[in-house]
Amino acid sequence: MRKDIIEIRWHGRGGQGAITAAKIVANAAFVSGYRGVVMAPTFGTERRGAPVFTSLKISPEKIYDLSPITTPDMVVVLDHTLLEEVNVVDGLKDGGLVVLNAPKPAGEYGFEGARVGVADVTAHAVAAGLPPGIVNSGIIGAFSRASGLVDIDILIPVIKKEFTGKRPEENALAAQRAYENTAFGE
Amino acid sequence: MHIIESGNVAAATGVKLSRAQVIAAYPITPQTPLTEKLSEFVESQELDAQYIPVESEHSAMAVCIAASTAGARAFTATSANGLLYMNEQLHWAVGARLPVVMCVANRGIGAPWTVWNDQQDSMSQRDVGWIQLYANDHQQIIDSVIKAFRLAQSVSIPVMVCYDGYLLSHTYMPFELPGQEQVDAFLPSFTPEHFLNPDEPGNFNTVTLPDTRAGVDGTVEPGYIEIRHNLHEDLRGALEVYGDIDAEYEKGCGRGGTPFIEQYRCDDAECVAVAIGSLSYQLRDVIDILREEGLRVGVMSVQMYRPFPDGAIVEALAGRKSVIVFEKALSYGNQGPLYADIKAALYSRGDRPPIQNYILGLGGREIKTSQLLDALKESCSAIEAFDDTPRWIGLKL
Amino acid sequence: MAHRDFCKMISRSKPGPGDGGKTGSWRVLRPILHTEKCIPVKAGKKACFNCWLYCPDCVVTKTIPPTIDLEYCKGCGICAEECPADAIDMVAEDTFSTEEK
Repeated sequence: MRKDIIEIRWHGRGGQGAITAAKIVANAAFVSGYRGVVMAPTFGTERRGAPVFTSLKISPEKIYDLSPITTPDMVVVLDHTLLEEVNVVDGLKDGGLVVLNAPKPAGEYGFEGARVGVADVTAHAVAAGLPPGIVNSGIIGAFSRASGLVDIDILIPVIKKEFTGKRPEENALAAQRAYENTAFGE
Repeated sequence: MHIIESGNVAAATGVKLSRAQVIAAYPITPQTPLTEKLSEFVESQELDAQYIPVESEHSAMAVCIAASTAGARAFTATSANGLLYMNEQLHWAVGARLPVVMCVANRGIGAPWTVWNDQQDSMSQRDVGWIQLYANDHQQIIDSVIKAFRLAQSVSIPVMVCYDGYLLSHTYMPFELPGQEQVDAFLPSFTPEHFLNPDEPGNFNTVTLPDTRAGVDGTVEPGYIEIRHNLHEDLRGALEVYGDIDAEYEKGCGRGGTPFIEQYRCDDAECVAVAIGSLSYQLRDVIDILREEGLRVGVMSVQMYRPFPDGAIVEALAGRKSVIVFEKALSYGNQGPLYADIKAALYSRGDRPPIQNYILGLGGREIKTSQLLDALKESCSAIEAFDDTPRWIGLKL
Repeated sequence: MAHRDFCKMISRSKPGPGDGGKTGSWRVLRPILHTEKCIPVKAGKKACFNCWLYCPDCVVTKTIPPTIDLEYCKGCGICAEECPADAIDMVAEDTFSTEEK
């Protein structure tokens, strides 16, 4: 209802770290001056592999409404196999943005009325030195490039801090690589 | 210094800053990350405490009672069925006048089984005698935990700090971290009035007779009813003490000033919505929309529910054109607990407003802002239709 | 007094696959049944069927040999754990995906 809130929905599978990715972006947004930041994971029983989503709301002003996002401005998909199971663009506003981790070129993915940013985050993460399947750091780079919402230069130190003790340099590099290799479709 | 973290981490950090000494807890959704964080603090020695993993919530409170009786600052946390599992011990802790602090991540109670948020768990314990504080956001969670330890030790009554499971426990938002020195100055270590001490042997809470009795050294020992009467009187006295504690806390960090109720746009409101927890904040957006449409509405949250701050509530609500109480709990077979308490408080006032009760969100049923908007709009324009029967929002029968 | 029905509604679910959609995609480990070890197969008649009994999602058939519906099986591993003949192995799912896709 409030017009000043940017709503971003993150789709992943349990265990892929969608929450960590959204948390990093939330931190960076806050540092960038967005006073209002609320991040909510899927509420309920959890298990590895099951589709989950995380809601991230960003605003210059404090946010009071914690109810789930119904009409996101942006949707971030950590795992392209989810496209077959989940309607990731449910409620996406007209002209909204889809950021997708997928191996095929951007042109192969089309969502009516939406802009699409695609990066093969899975591959870039491996190239950056991470074990296969770690996509939550890389997807942040793709998100930054596609949305322009938060600067990659602000995100990188936040990523390193969040992954302290867990390959911070490689995770930051994955985000950088994904950022540089995000392509746009129609 | 701001951090962006979950409500559970806010609570755990509050416990760490308060230098709890004994933590005995059993995991239960949605509180589990709170206890996990505390065990991490203890393991990394950021918190110098004994962390005792117990096999049940009943034991968790039993251990807290034992630790508190020995003079240690004790803490536990739970939700829903876990709170009910320790119910017998809740009565014990308060009857024994022990300053235990507990966080309750509000969750609905089975049957049917649920893990999602409503407030039935703590609401169902309102008659036990524990002090009950409710937080509306993460900042209030961490601040209330710290104030709870101070309040508990000041009046020797256990305090539960309640916050919405999932909606607050698992969401992430920015909040300010109080500094350790500030908390140490606000919350000094304490020696309780009565504690297990080999130098002064005594029995605590043994059989206490219906009547008074002659004590060993010629004193008159109280009966059960005297002990319980004093608990009640001290609970009522805790209202003033908490007002002072909150004012002192506010002086130290600039946050607070709403120990009993928190009001938003109520100054000139004809119709006031009342709710507890994150729902009261969600209602703010609704208030803003209705204000733009010309309706004079406001929202008030209740921060301290027990002891019941009837003075503050009567002052805030008497003379209004209407009051609407939204609740995520129900005293089954009657009415919403908060609604009934508010009505009772206003009973003797000639200018008591018409009040309508709404029940919603049970078992985590999503509460849409549009539903709140419709309910408030409908209520404000049809006050003559108010009655004592709770209305339900969001049912799909 | 007007008649009313009490207890019109309780919370009750029937066992069976499909409540959460085609949850086979959640699998990280896949159960592989080695029929040469399977008790009803070796006996040639109805026997054991622990895997069918313990599967929380009812995706194991009470047949000789038992079969597992991989569209729904979430790979929880309870069948492997409960098989008294150790006839079921849990194998990493991604060793299969290239064949299937």
